[in-house]
Amino acid sequence: MKKLINDVDNVVNEMLNGMTAAYPQYIERVPGTDVVIRTGAKKTDKVVLISGGGSGHEPAHGGYVGKGMLDAAVAGAVFTSPTPDQVYEAIHAAECGKGALLIIKNYTGDVMNFEMAGEMASDEDILVDQVIVADDVAVENSTWTTGRRGIAGTVFVHKIAGACAETGADLPEVKRVAEKVIANVRSMGMAVSPCTVPAVGKPGFDLAEDEVEIGIGIHGEPGTHREKITPVNNTADHLVGKILDEGIYAEGDEVAVMVNGMGATPLSELFIANLRVNEILAEKKIKIYKTLVGNYMTSLDMAGFSVTLLKLDDELKAFLDAPADTPAYKEV
Amino acid sequence: MASKIYECISRIADRIIENKDYLTELDREIGDADHGINMARGYSEALEQLDKEDGDLSAVLKKTGMILLSNVGGASGPLYGTAYMKASKTVAGKEELSVEDGKAVFEAVIGGIKLRGKAERGEKTMLDAIIPAYEAYCQAADAGSSLTECLDAMCAAAAEGAEFTKTIRATKGRASYLGDRSIGHQDPGATSALLTMEAIRDFFKA
Repeated sequence: MKKLINDVDNVVNEMLNGMTAAYPQYIERVPGTDVVIRTGAKKTDKVVLISGGGSGHEPAHGGYVGKGMLDAAVAGAVFTSPTPDQVYEAIHAAECGKGALLIIKNYTGDVMNFEMAGEMASDEDILVDQVIVADDVAVENSTWTTGRRGIAGTVFVHKIAGACAETGADLPEVKRVAEKVIANVRSMGMAVSPCTVPAVGKPGFDLAEDEVEIGIGIHGEPGTHREKITPVNNTADHLVGKILDEGIYAEGDEVAVMVNGMGATPLSELFIANLRVNEILAEKKIKIYKTLVGNYMTSLDMAGFSVTLLKLDDELKAFLDAPADTPAYKEV
Repeated sequence: MASKIYECISRIADRIIENKDYLTELDREIGDADHGINMARGYSEALEQLDKEDGDLSAVLKKTGMILLSNVGGASGPLYGTAYMKASKTVAGKEELSVEDGKAVFEAVIGGIKLRGKAERGEKTMLDAIIPAYEAYCQAADAGSSLTECLDAMCAAAAEGAEFTKTIRATKGRASYLGDRSIGHQDPGATSALLTMEAIRDFFKA
């Protein structure tokens, strides 16, 4: 394992301190916790948005704390859900009387830990509700499984629900808008090379030199299948094709597109992939309203990308266009 | 009993920490390669924080649950944390546990894990080791066996249950993403549950 770290047991701690040192105007760490909140929080009279999850997905989620998006983010160990006490600390540190919405990516551990934290806060009469993002179409959606994973589409939930909360909307209204995003957002990813969790020291899975994994999750969970690497246009066709198969995007619809890097993918390759996504959508007469290309929801040093499509209506467009000022997402 | 339960939990912690790499390797096959790391982190913290003077049986179990809840993370933290806290409530006020008390602890633990994990037997989870273990324990208890005989029956059934998880498809947890590809691999959670029960048996037999 070759990594730019000092001590495997101190990765999350040093990462958070480095992040808050870089953006003191946006975020600060709640002392004694792995929670970051907006600098000078508790001065706003709004529903607060709290997200988090295992570390290793930076800039998610601490990078999305700031005006127009999240109020607090909780960092677990690498690829491991944060514990209930930490999520509870986040709720406690950020909440200012109008309630908290927990934005949870759909993983068994995340759901359990956030739910327990929500129960702890509810016991103290803090208004708490939650939404669960499950945008990964690579996973079979069935009541007999844990269900789809939450991946890069979560960033759109942060952005749009965040903009809604900023208007002073109440908790049920912010939740409604978050659920609307969740209903209209789908993603799928792939990897050309695996990632290595620092504490494990070896790659989470093995791929041959000429192999790629299609449908990969953001923790290196297996996807739908492996295949020989082909030109990225073929790969983009496959990912976008699976997303369009969902049947929620039709001719004439407007979408937001995210071409997301997994952490070790050159931007040049993401732009090449994005070009193909543009071509496919043009061919289907689906209009692109806004495009994001970059590392939004990473998977440590994995190389690969995911595509996310969000179907927009006037309400979602307005919230997508609303100002946001965070370390990793800005809209002016 | 407080110092006895402290010793018992210390033996569980040792067992889990010794098997950190084994559990992580099992999780690497069908999960996200962190089960051993997370469990070892939680139990190391338990060894650090627990004290022989922590109060009665129930208090030690509760404190263990809180430590695991705050330090394990993932799904295992809430599940094992819940298990210890349910056990703690069941034994409140008791200083010694009878064979019958063991049944009540088992029932509370199983109920807590089912509720928190929204899982049933046969989904390739720790319940596939714990539920058969409970049944074997009860059968032995009802036949009038001694505590160590009951614990032997419990561990044999738990081992069979953990082995059985190799034959089924995961429908809960991260392994469920694999679908049929999860077949052939032993569930890491069922394995850590087996190790826990073996450590308890060995403690009482020692």
